[in-house]
Amino acid sequence: MSSPTNDHKNEVPKRSLSNLDLETPDKTYLDSNELIINMGPQHPATHGVLRVILKLDGERVLGTECVIGYLHRGVEKIAENRTYTMFNPYVDRMDYCAAVSNGLGYCEAVEKLLNVEAPPRAQYIRVILTELNRIASHQLWLGTHALDIGAMTPLFYTFRDREEVLKIFERYCGARLTTHAFRIGGCQYETYSGFEKDVTTFLTFFAPKIDEYEALLTTNRIWLERTKNVGVISAADCIALGVTGPLLRASGVKWDLRKAQPYAAYSKFDFEIPTGENGDTYDRYIVRMMEMRQAMRIIEQAVNGIPEGPIMGKVPKVIKPPVGEIYHSIEAPKGELGYFIVSDGSTQPYRLRVRPPSFVNLQALDLMVRGLLVADVIAVIGTLDIVLGEVDR
Amino acid sequence: MPNFVMSYLGSTVTPGEAGNQFWALMYVLIIFAGVSTAVICMNWLERKALAHFQVRLGPMRVGPHGLLQPIADALKLMLKEDIIPAQADQFVFWVAPLIGLLAAFTVYTVIPFGPSQAVSDMNIGILFMLGVSSLGVLGIVVAGWASNSHYPLIGALRSSAQMVSYEVAMGLAVVSAILMTSLNASGTGTLSMIGIVQAQQQQGIWFIFKFFPLGFIALVIFAIAMVAEVNRAPFDMAEAESELTAGFHTEYSGLRWSLFMLAEYAAMIAVSSIAVTLWLGGWMRPFPNLLHAPAWDFIFSLFPGLTFAGLAAIAFIGTARMPSDSFFKIQRIGLGVFAALLGFIALLLLVIAVAGRSADASVAARFNQGIGYVYWFVLKVAVFMYLFIWYRATWPRYRFDQLMRVGWKVLLPISLGVLILTAAVGVIVR
Repeated sequence: MSSPTNDHKNEVPKRSLSNLDLETPDKTYLDSNELIINMGPQHPATHGVLRVILKLDGERVLGTECVIGYLHRGVEKIAENRTYTMFNPYVDRMDYCAAVSNGLGYCEAVEKLLNVEAPPRAQYIRVILTELNRIASHQLWLGTHALDIGAMTPLFYTFRDREEVLKIFERYCGARLTTHAFRIGGCQYETYSGFEKDVTTFLTFFAPKIDEYEALLTTNRIWLERTKNVGVISAADCIALGVTGPLLRASGVKWDLRKAQPYAAYSKFDFEIPTGENGDTYDRYIVRMMEMRQAMRIIEQAVNGIPEGPIMGKVPKVIKPPVGEIYHSIEAPKGELGYFIVSDGSTQPYRLRVRPPSFVNLQALDLMVRGLLVADVIAVIGTLDIVLGEVDR
Repeated sequence: MPNFVMSYLGSTVTPGEAGNQFWALMYVLIIFAGVSTAVICMNWLERKALAHFQVRLGPMRVGPHGLLQPIADALKLMLKEDIIPAQADQFVFWVAPLIGLLAAFTVYTVIPFGPSQAVSDMNIGILFMLGVSSLGVLGIVVAGWASNSHYPLIGALRSSAQMVSYEVAMGLAVVSAILMTSLNASGTGTLSMIGIVQAQQQQGIWFIFKFFPLGFIALVIFAIAMVAEVNRAPFDMAEAESELTAGFHTEYSGLRWSLFMLAEYAAMIAVSSIAVTLWLGGWMRPFPNLLHAPAWDFIFSLFPGLTFAGLAAIAFIGTARMPSDSFFKIQRIGLGVFAALLGFIALLLLVIAVAGRSADASVAARFNQGIGYVYWFVLKVAVFMYLFIWYRATWPRYRFDQLMRVGWKVLLPISLGVLILTAAVGVIVR
């Protein structure tokens, strides 16, 4: 007589993953050429709780399968149950390395929906903080990316210098990471006395530090060998997959939302869009390094030209946008960060959808690592610059 | 009994050669304790030096400036639960760290800390040393296999391939040094470790400068290959922390894991010792032939004492600079006692140097000489150990295929060329 539990066991459907043939029984893996390895969610180099299933032939990667969702918090669903103002701090928790950018994107999207505009002074403050955050985000990327490739020391250098950015954030709004720096319609806080001085001090402090990072890596033989022609992705593939940000620019496409559809006060500043040629890991490294320099340029112009005036626009106490929908995107450090908001005229969004750059860029992983070695998978995950808080939301 | 104990001090050969079983055993114990202590010191030094490379402080809490950190770590590791994975091959899993440790420690039997300061003077010393030290890879391969897990398996495979390929270049570099030992009147070379140093003494030149730059290139090749041989950054494929989590010792923890670490550091010291013996004159002090007046001997014999005096001074300054808060009272006392201890050793060494300045065969003179030999040998090894830390702080990790390419396509041809050139020049010079 068969027990009900056994019957139940048979009914459990076999899990099959799309592009990897995982049916090979475990016992035979020693006899076959193929090896299936679980990289993550607990792994030192997957930048959080990313799980990558690797199919290997020796050390060569035959295919990958990303499993995400370990950090899913339902941010988009939460938005439907919070007022527009209440939801603002939640966006900081998506890409926690670039919380200011997240906040900027959200605030601007709601402002667009409300049809209000932040006053010029608020715009300038926004630009300064967002670009500072870009530097901080790129520093974190550089440190962890170099650590993944085996260079330990840049990590500590970048974290030492990132501290200075975080100190400015802390003095401005009291928080270092999840800043909640902006409000719908402008900024909550006026700049503290000495803000401009702090920012200029940081710029003079930081300029030689980039050279220091570059001295360690840019012409390092091992670094060149590990990054040149690794994880190459063509411009066409980038566009087909929706890959944006430094990845797209490193493939040679001059596409930066700050120039293409200027938001905040970006149209007032003079800066360049660095691009690469080969679309390999080294180009992405160079592009990001140059972006840090360009960010410094923007900050310098913004600090020097910051206008006087109010910092809060005319926003009603209770934010009730008219019925309608809006898509607004900004150039976050990792790529195009978009917010799609559907309003039903109430105080809460009817639906809010985030277009996170990390999530879209992560799609390119499989394309980039096929045929490379295990060590390159780590390098490519590093160069994608993903934050799992943003991928899973 | 005193005669029996003292008998060795008057002898000019190693205890193994003199058949002095008691002293041979003593040497084994001294070396075992000494290497273990050196590993502990190295552990602290690496963490501190690496920390200072990376603009941080490193261990600061356990003892003054974290001096007791390695002891705390060792205690922690010993007290940890002993885990053997259910799927692992139990016996092989158990025996793997021992193989590595045994190989790492066995090579010390032939390392000459001085002309008579070695357990034994084997006439095939260098072959023995290369052979036994490469047995260490067996421990790694077996550990990776026995863990029955993917990451250790990949780490073990990488490690075996890497060691096999780098041993070729390493061996050829060693051969070119051995060729140089035969450039004497009778034309007889030697494989004995002591003999190699004595050959450098007779020829009046360290082999690093012999046929410049041939000896230098050989040393550089050896120095690169030895980093790969002991799996250290930038060739730490087998561990590759960010790729393979921890490589071959992913499944190991507690005491077994610490045995792997012990073996790794012991192997680092061992290969550095080979490099020092073959190219840097082993136990010889700088300029033994140029500055050979008794006065120079005396000056150089003061170095060990002065080194310890300097260390004591640093420790004293550290004590003085500690915060005067009562919270640091115990640490201040600890560092002060440590400084006093170093100072006492310095004093002792200086007294021996003064007492043993006459070149007769008195016990003090023999003692003085022995201390000098060991001091210069350890100092040269320490330079290589520092380089290991420096490499780790500076360079990214090679990828596996690039590592193999460097081994086979760069190091091997160069070392072959150096070998042929050394032989040719040697024939012409003779």
